[in-house]
Parts: sequence; structure tokens; C-alpha cells
Amino acid sequence: MSWTFFHKLGSPKWFYEISGKLLPWVAAFSLLALVIGIVWGLVFAPEDYQQGNSFRIIYIHVPAAILAQSCYMMLAVAGVVGLVWRMKLADVALQCAAPIGAWMTLVALFTGSIWGKPTWGTYWEWDARLTSMLILLFLYFGIIALRMAISNRDTAAKATAVMAIVGVINIPIIKYSVDWWNTLHQPATFTITEKPAMPPEMWLPLLVMVLAFYGLFTLNLLMRMRLEVLRREHKTRWARAALESNT
Amino acid sequence: MSNLAEFFAMGGHGPYVWTAYGLTGAVLILLFLTPILGRRRLVQAEARRRRREET
Amino acid sequence: MRAVIWQLLQREWQLSWRRPGDVLNPLVFFAMVITLFPLAVGPEPQMLQRMASGVIWVAALLATLLSLDGLFRSDFEDGSLEQWVLSPHPLTLLVLVKVLHHWLMCGVLLVLLTPLLGMMLALPWSVIPVLCVTLLLGTAVLSLLGAIGAALTVGLKGGGSMLLALLILPLYIPVLILGTGTMDAALQGLPVQGYLLWMSCLAVLALSLSPLAIAAGLRIGVSE
Repeated sequence: MSWTFFHKLGSPKWFYEISGKLLPWVAAFSLLALVIGIVWGLVFAPEDYQQGNSFRIIYIHVPAAILAQSCYMMLAVAGVVGLVWRMKLADVALQCAAPIGAWMTLVALFTGSIWGKPTWGTYWEWDARLTSMLILLFLYFGIIALRMAISNRDTAAKATAVMAIVGVINIPIIKYSVDWWNTLHQPATFTITEKPAMPPEMWLPLLVMVLAFYGLFTLNLLMRMRLEVLRREHKTRWARAALESNT
Repeated sequence: MSNLAEFFAMGGHGPYVWTAYGLTGAVLILLFLTPILGRRRLVQAEARRRRREET
Repeated sequence: MRAVIWQLLQREWQLSWRRPGDVLNPLVFFAMVITLFPLAVGPEPQMLQRMASGVIWVAALLATLLSLDGLFRSDFEDGSLEQWVLSPHPLTLLVLVKVLHHWLMCGVLLVLLTPLLGMMLALPWSVIPVLCVTLLLGTAVLSLLGAIGAALTVGLKGGGSMLLALLILPLYIPVLILGTGTMDAALQGLPVQGYLLWMSCLAVLALSLSPLAIAAGLRIGVSE
């Protein structure tokens, strides 16, 4: 049954071999999607009648933002799996994914801010979305800082798992309260324009870019996890063989 | 040719669009350099360890 | 069970009595931080009144954070934490008592100081009761959430308090927004019952879920 697969997943060696086979496919898919998405978004998609060409920033801002949020969910799931099933690989995933998520949040914030200048006239706006993204960045920093502070690897694994779970439970609460806060403090005249429904020529390249970013995330995560697995298992024969032949 | 120039200018929004894309590209490169360089260092460390133990 | 709770409360009370600094320092910090703001932005009453609830809330937040750092540390160092983890009584109950004591010694005392400080920040007397109620509810949530961070960082030597702040401040943001939002409504003369109910919701949620996380954190810290 599928439980065997689940238990095999606990073996670092099995993971290393399988991910090695998957890696070229993930890489090919991601790069292809990236090239198609960027070319489509930059060249062929029509410009927005209100925002002109700066609207094209959406093709990196939205995928980065989506990834920033999904990655945190993944951290929490990895945390639960690691705590409940004591799977070391889940902790490797948590450890490796956190910095990727943090960088994605930073990219989302920066591109959002740059996009804001021609659109709203200012680089920073305390609106609900940007503010929630900033808080998400702090949540990521917390997990990364906690891991760095605890020297015992098992303790660090469990502590960051608990923190990720606590964080994920708080995220909807934070989101709702920031949304509410935003409605309290918005002057009546200024409304963040609801984006009108996008025609397919505009959201299709967006979809491609989101897929590309997910692919790149998976690629990067697998690469980092493989490295971390080799580091942790460097005393075993299979790891040494892998390093020697550099496969 | 003027099409290319227009493309880069992005209707006056050029600096914004290209900074955003450039920043993202730089971050992506950074994200991938970390495991690649890390792995190279690990392979070298392992080679050194092997040389030490076989002497 | 009730005897254990009572004994624990008595023990915590005696420990606090022996180290009055742990109780008084956060209060002084609270007052000092609030004093910094008129010094920084000028004493004009209109402006102070606009900032007052925000300043008081942030100061309460920071004071609570600082006082939480050592919440479990002395128990960790003298081995009582291990006894708690191993005891037949549910750990979640024991931590709840500990957090209750912290709230009584920190949050409640902050609230006692608040009318005076609120007056100094030009808040009208009519809203002070609302401020106190929101702070009572809010500091309970702050103690509960903060104890999670204190439990996760219990084994760390040195810079635990900075890390604690880093971990917990994002979680504090909803309480802050809700508390100050309630104050905004009160200042405009609008009814606040709805907001207070929301704050109570948050408090009940924190009360039911935090002990689980706190106990998990303590178990992790002790098992090292």
C-alpha cells in the first residue's frame, strides 16, 4: 500500500536516489516554463490601459507572493510530519525550505514596492497585502533565527517545527486583523483599485510564471535537501560513494 | 530597431520593470548558487579527507 | 488537582516575592517607554491623544515581552522543569498556572498603572475604563502567546530575549490591532461591546491552544 512509500521516504538514501532521477526533469520543466512565461509576459501580453507597462511586474510579483505563502504552509506540514512521524527528512525539508520562502517574501515585497511607485506614486504603502507580506517575512526570520540559535540538531528540529505550526495557525488571524486594520485607517477618498477581471491574454502568462516559480522552488529545494542529506549522512558508505563520484 | 528601443523603454516605466526583473533574477541566481557551491565544497572536503586517510 | 494548582500558585507567589525586581522592572520600563514619546514628539495634547492608545499598547507589549524571557529559565536551571514534565499532572495545566501567575504579576499590574499614564497622554477619562478592559484581555493573550516563545527558547543561554521578541512579535500583531482598534472606536464615542467580544474570542482561543504549544516547547527543551 502507499504506506511503504511513506516509510521509504524516511530513508535519506532512498530520497537521494529518487531526487537524483527527478532533478533533470524538474529543471527542464522549470526553465522551459520560465522562459515561456517571461517572454510571453514581457513581450506578448498587452499592456494594462491604466498602469501601462509597469503592470508587467505582476508576472514576478504574484508568483513570488504565492510561493512565499505556500512555502510557509509547507513548513508547517513538514513540521507536523516531523513531530508526529519523527521523520528526519521532514526536518531537512523544513530547514532547507525556510530560506527559500524568506527570499521569495523579500522578492514579493521589493517588486511590490517597485510596482507601487508608478502605480500609487509611493514606494511603500501600508496596505493590507504589503503589510501582511512584511509580517510573513518576520515569521520566516523567526524560524530561521530559532534554528540558528539552537545547537542541538534534534532540539532545533522540534522547536522550529512547533514554531512553524504556531505560525501557520496565526497566519489567518494576522491576515484578518491586518485587513480590518486597513479598512479602519483608509481615508475615504483613496481606494486600492480592485483589479478588474483580467482577460486570458494577461492571466495565462501569469499562470505559466506561477508554474515556473513552483518548479524552480521544487528544484532549489531538492538541490538543497540533497546537499543537507549528504552533510548529515557524510559518515555512511553510500554518501561517501556519492560524493566521490559526484553524482 | 526602434521596436527594441521602445521595448526597453517600456513606455517610460522601463527603470521600474527592469529593476524588478533584474532583482528577481539576481535573487534566483543567489538561491541556486548556494547549493551548487555548497556541494562543491563538500566534495572537496570529502576528497581531502579520503587523501588523509589513505596515507 | 485543585491542591496542586493552589500549591503552584503559592510557590510562584513566594518566588516573585523574593525577586521583586522581576515584578517591578517591567512596570518601570512600561512607564519609561511611555514617557519617551512626549519627549520625542513634543507635548502637544492633541497629538498625544491621537497616539496615546497605540503608545500604551506598544509599551505594554514590550514590557510583557521583556518580563517573559525568564519565565521558565530558573525552573529549567534548578531542575524543577524536568519534575513538571515527569509529574502525573497534565503539563498543560501546570503551564497554565504559571502563565496565570505571570499575567497577575505583569499584565494586571500594568493595567493598574494605565489610568495614570493614560491621563498623562491626554486621554479623556471616559475612555480609560475601555482601555483598562482591553489591556486586561490583551495582556492575558500576550502572556499566553509569549510563554510559547519562552518555552521554545528556555534552554538557550545569552541572547534569549531578542530571539523571543523576534519569534513572538508577529504573533502579537492581531492583539495590538484589535486593542487599538477598540480604543479608536471608544475615542469616537462608538459602542465597543462588539470589539470587546472579539478580544474575548482571541483570549479564549489563546487560552485553549497556547498551553499545548507551551507544553510541547518545554518537553523539547527538557529532553535535550
